[in-house]
Amino acid sequence: MVDETFDDARVITSSDSAQSTQAEINEQMAGITRDYEAAGAEETQPRIDYAPYRSSILRHPTKAPRPVDPESIELWSPAFGQRDVHTLESDLTIQHKGEPLGERIILRGKIVDGDGRPVAGQLLEIWQANSAGRYVHKRDQHPAPLDPNFTGVGRAITGADGSYEFTTIKPGPYPWKNHFNAWRPAHIHFSLFGTQFTQRMITQMYFPGDPLFALDPIYQAIVDPAARQRLVATYDHDITSHEWATGYSFDLVLTGTHRTPFETDTTAGQSPEGAH
Amino acid sequence: MTKLVATPGQTIGPFYGFALPFERGEQLVPVGSPGSVRLHGTVYDGNGDPIPDCLLEIWQAAADGTVPDAHGSLIRDGYTFTGFGRTAVDNVGGFSFTTVEPGPRPDGGARFISVVVFARGLLNKLHTRVYLPEDVADADAVAADALLSSLPENERGTLIATREDDGALRWDLRLQGEGETVFLTYPER
Ligand SMILES: [Fe+2]
Repeated sequence: MVDETFDDARVITSSDSAQSTQAEINEQMAGITRDYEAAGAEETQPRIDYAPYRSSILRHPTKAPRPVDPESIELWSPAFGQRDVHTLESDLTIQHKGEPLGERIILRGKIVDGDGRPVAGQLLEIWQANSAGRYVHKRDQHPAPLDPNFTGVGRAITGADGSYEFTTIKPGPYPWKNHFNAWRPAHIHFSLFGTQFTQRMITQMYFPGDPLFALDPIYQAIVDPAARQRLVATYDHDITSHEWATGYSFDLVLTGTHRTPFETDTTAGQSPEGAH
Repeated sequence: MTKLVATPGQTIGPFYGFALPFERGEQLVPVGSPGSVRLHGTVYDGNGDPIPDCLLEIWQAAADGTVPDAHGSLIRDGYTFTGFGRTAVDNVGGFSFTTVEPGPRPDGGARFISVVVFARGLLNKLHTRVYLPEDVADADAVAADALLSSLPENERGTLIATREDDGALRWDLRLQGEGETVFLTYPER
């Protein structure tokens, strides 16, 4: 891990970028929704040009991405395994001396590709704020407490059936500087690899019924309501563990693969000798 | 076969720094090792300002052209070539990987390194490629590459690294505006 030791300055910097009100952001988001509904063409990924998320304005490419057939290296993915990730890294509640504060949760799911094939033996990384909505990151200046027993980073290698499981703490919502009184819904960041590098993705998982959904320009940048819903975990009482933790399920689908998968792809995430 | 709809991506946000970068992530091979080459540059926004909160990953063939399949990217031993690198840019948008040039492709095509880009303010990942300048130095080589030959010259240039006097490969990334990098999408059939 790189040097990201926390600089414990309780500084609340002035939000000079926070000029818009929530009402103005809402109005802008509603206008985009109206245009989307009128256009009638389904979108399943976020807009990258979404002005209500202020930081996107200068950071989105203006040209449409160039369609290309994946070639050579793009048809494969880096290989990860237990050499990279210890099995205990999937429990974010045991990384320090004591128990972290907050609501302990078990998060379970499965990763498949666009053809429904399990993504086996691949790297899944998560990171999140603690139960008070604070990240262990030197640039996070939200004056909420750090938890000495919680870092908020987990890793796992998916099982043969594409499954994963994390034990963690439900993160809190936190303020940000997009506009005045802006708050992010509680979320966990997910980073994952498929069997092809073209499937590489980073996303965020949310919790059901969050009152901040309608107000959040990052979540709303996925303009299609059904597509947005795919990022919301489901409360699952079968995962909930007696007198221990509540349970959520969250499945992910990567894009399809472009090559015929080999048998070994689903056992070790590896390509057979000589296949490339 | 019925295609499932892919889960939407989201921005990496500002707070990945304590989670995703790992020790020697930018060193696919040790700095100064035989055959090593530096791939470096700066990431810019639409104002031409460097972006300080961007994460880059590269993925490439080994020096002999094979696709790496060894574990050990996250815990590097200094000997195993895994083909994968990850780095956060620095405070002035700079990045620097140490790697080897990918070996010849089985189909003889122009060699490239695959790149994926994440940043605060960038709502989804971006894919692109960095080609080695010597491989696409003449018109025939460009014509033989499906992607490069489809691009006008100014756009093509955004995908080709520059060879510096010391042998390093220089490649800047522009998310928007003048000289905007060509980004890629891989349509499913
Ligand atoms: Fe976050």
